[in-house]
Amino acid sequence: MQVQTHVDIHSEWGIVAARQAGRKLAREIGFGSVDQARVTTAISELARNIYLYANKGQIHIEEATSSGKRGIKIIATDEGPGIKDVRRVMEDGYTTSGGLGAGLPGVKRLMDEFKIDSEPDEGTTITTVKWLR
Amino acid sequence: MEKTKLSMYQLYKDMLDNYLQSKSEHALYAAQQFSKEMMEKDMSPEEMVSLHMSVFQEMVPDLPEEVVDSFDLLLEVMIGYGLAYREHQSLRDRQQQLESELNVAAEMQQTLLPDEHIDAKGIDFGVISVPAGKMSGDYYHYIQDEHGCIGVAVADVIGKGVPAAMCMSMIKYAMESIPEQRLQPAALLESLNRVVERNIDSNMFITMVYGSYDPRDHRFYYAGAGHEPGFYYSASKDTFEELTTKGLVLGLSQKVTYEEYVKDVQPGDFFVLLSDGVTECRTEEDFIEREQITEMIRKYQHLPAQDIVNRVYRELEKMQDFQLRDDFTLLILKRDV
Repeated sequence: MQVQTHVDIHSEWGIVAARQAGRKLAREIGFGSVDQARVTTAISELARNIYLYANKGQIHIEEATSSGKRGIKIIATDEGPGIKDVRRVMEDGYTTSGGLGAGLPGVKRLMDEFKIDSEPDEGTTITTVKWLR
Repeated sequence: MEKTKLSMYQLYKDMLDNYLQSKSEHALYAAQQFSKEMMEKDMSPEEMVSLHMSVFQEMVPDLPEEVVDSFDLLLEVMIGYGLAYREHQSLRDRQQQLESELNVAAEMQQTLLPDEHIDAKGIDFGVISVPAGKMSGDYYHYIQDEHGCIGVAVADVIGKGVPAAMCMSMIKYAMESIPEQRLQPAALLESLNRVVERNIDSNMFITMVYGSYDPRDHRFYYAGAGHEPGFYYSASKDTFEELTTKGLVLGLSQKVTYEEYVKDVQPGDFFVLLSDGVTECRTEEDFIEREQITEMIRKYQHLPAQDIVNRVYRELEKMQDFQLRDDFTLLILKRDV
């Protein structure tokens, strides 16, 4: 049976809960401590984006399998304002919060697969997977 | 990968072991060398912390729980540093890519400048043009027609870098599209002004000076569009005279007329055209005076024109510590004795 967790994000508590759930599942799947921390950081960034730009949304965490591989899949959804220029936010060095290295390019780097769907005024869905090596 | 990880593990273990026993500077030096190697292998800071912890735990099996747990916190913090490190790497790659694109563009720009040799009896010609960055907003031009008349021009796009360079290439094509007037300075500037006015952004301007020498009657005709005045050297008087011109910069207004001036040219006389990158050379304390430039030219005036411009450039470059603040173009046309 596949493990699935939903965490509602509407406060910083939600961010912590999503991190916790992600770390727990990553550990159960068998990720080492560095990768656990990477997955958790990715979840953190996604959840913060929801909290900061869409006010509320969801982080969905589940085990992923594909042709014998095991991994962890994180889906972040919100019904916020959407991203007007996706190419721009995926550029390194572009940040609205002034941080170094973080943001969506950081999430992409921490994980193995990364997909983003965003419609202005409808919301954003980001799906990302990290595989166990 | 697994193999290198294993050997790294062993290497780090030996190093740490050595240090804990000797506490020597030598062991620390080895660690510094090791870090370079790790960076070459793209090892991130968080992986380094994790490596340290696993090696340490193996060497000291019964570590207090607090020590082990404290590394979780360090690891978490290092993830952020690792991301910044990776971002830096990718930005550096992108910078290299931009740099090489810019190099190609700069080479293309060089091909826009004339490269044939002026080979006319009794004429000595020299020009040097150096961009402040990779690409130049200065343009120079020279041409010799079937009657032996020689046209020379220096243009300066206000601004520098890529936008100025793109604008400069337009000047080149615009000049080629109006060849029939090329040796009539005022008429040429008028046509060019119309092209520039139609084609460039209203906040870009181009200044230009155009001169044309007719060896049959030894007269030099010239006109300027808001350009830095050049100099006329009279051999008989041994003086430099400013080549002042009246005329609006190119591209400002649709209908502009330019005044044309003429000078009789005696043997040994020469004309100096330049861009404001020459006169706006700055030493640490001060701008360079225009007289200083004529003094420099005077110092080298016994040399061929190309040597004069080269030496003046080298001297000015040295005076401002080899850092050009603006694109630099200097051209000399001389009637030989």
